[in-house]
Amino acid sequence: MNSNASKDDLLTLYDEQFSSRFLLGTALYRSPVEMCDAIKASGSEFITLSLRRQNPQQNDGDAFWQMIKETGCKLLPNTAGCRSAKEAINLAEMSRELFSTPWIKLEVIGDDYNLQPDPFELVIAATELIKRGFKVLPYCTDDLVLCLRLQDAGCQALMPWGAPIGTGQGLLNKYHLNSLRERISDIPLIIDAGIGSPSQAAAALEMGYDAVLLNTAVAKADNPVLMARAFSQAITAGRNGYLAGLMQRRQTASPSTPVLGQPFWQQHQGSNQ
Amino acid sequence: MFSVLLNNNSFEVESNCTLSQIIDIAGFAEQTIAVAINGEFVPKSAYTNTALQVADQIDIVKPIGGG
Repeated sequence: MNSNASKDDLLTLYDEQFSSRFLLGTALYRSPVEMCDAIKASGSEFITLSLRRQNPQQNDGDAFWQMIKETGCKLLPNTAGCRSAKEAINLAEMSRELFSTPWIKLEVIGDDYNLQPDPFELVIAATELIKRGFKVLPYCTDDLVLCLRLQDAGCQALMPWGAPIGTGQGLLNKYHLNSLRERISDIPLIIDAGIGSPSQAAAALEMGYDAVLLNTAVAKADNPVLMARAFSQAITAGRNGYLAGLMQRRQTASPSTPVLGQPFWQQHQGSNQ
Repeated sequence: MFSVLLNNNSFEVESNCTLSQIIDIAGFAEQTIAVAINGEFVPKSAYTNTALQVADQIDIVKPIGGG
């Protein structure tokens, strides 16, 4: 592997290529300017956003929309808050019209306590949206069978959680995540949700995950711009580490410095005299 | 006259009111919006031809930050 692997190593999602493996959310920032600065520092090319009811007298939505357009990033609207396939499908249609994009981060929440995706409604919604020509990126759990069903439905990339949204607990179930990566090796897998620190993002990429999507860890940092840069560097480092090939783990120590020619060593020391 | 719900607020409208008209009345004209009635997406091309019905639940949404 050459030393500039990351420059030629593109992320492919539904036949579109991205040089960044960092997808960033646009919520929770202290100001729109801070959000834009963080997006720029992240190097992200793909940012998430949403739709909500707002008072017509509030111009926040239009001002926000104008700033988002000026970032030049590709848009990934979400269906956050939807609790049924029907809600998610209709919000996806509204997003497609308003944002002029077929991309959708498909969320169907099944539990209010941990915001766990509803696997049954998720598959129904994904199946229908794929039929309607959407490029669906489903936010799902790390359940292998669910992920296989979503792939069967036509999803060309999946986004299993690392941990529940906003918890920052990182990769809670590495066994499941490793199994997913081993069993689903032909489409990109993106860790979405639960990532709290750059080292956790690096670990996801080292495991062979293709990208990371996060929001809170950057937006709620004391310095979101610096944190965005830190995540970008960690994601690149993790990816390069994966491509370079990690060493095999061992149970026993193995000296890295050659034993042959060790000074002060005498023959009798090795024979217990 | 009859009532509809627009973003969960009650509105009194004329009996022949269209979706396009209530968008104007509510102050959303010229804004970046998407619309659903009774949970079903309504494309922009249908705004002028969509007649409101008694107790319709209209959702008008705008862009916002999301994760």
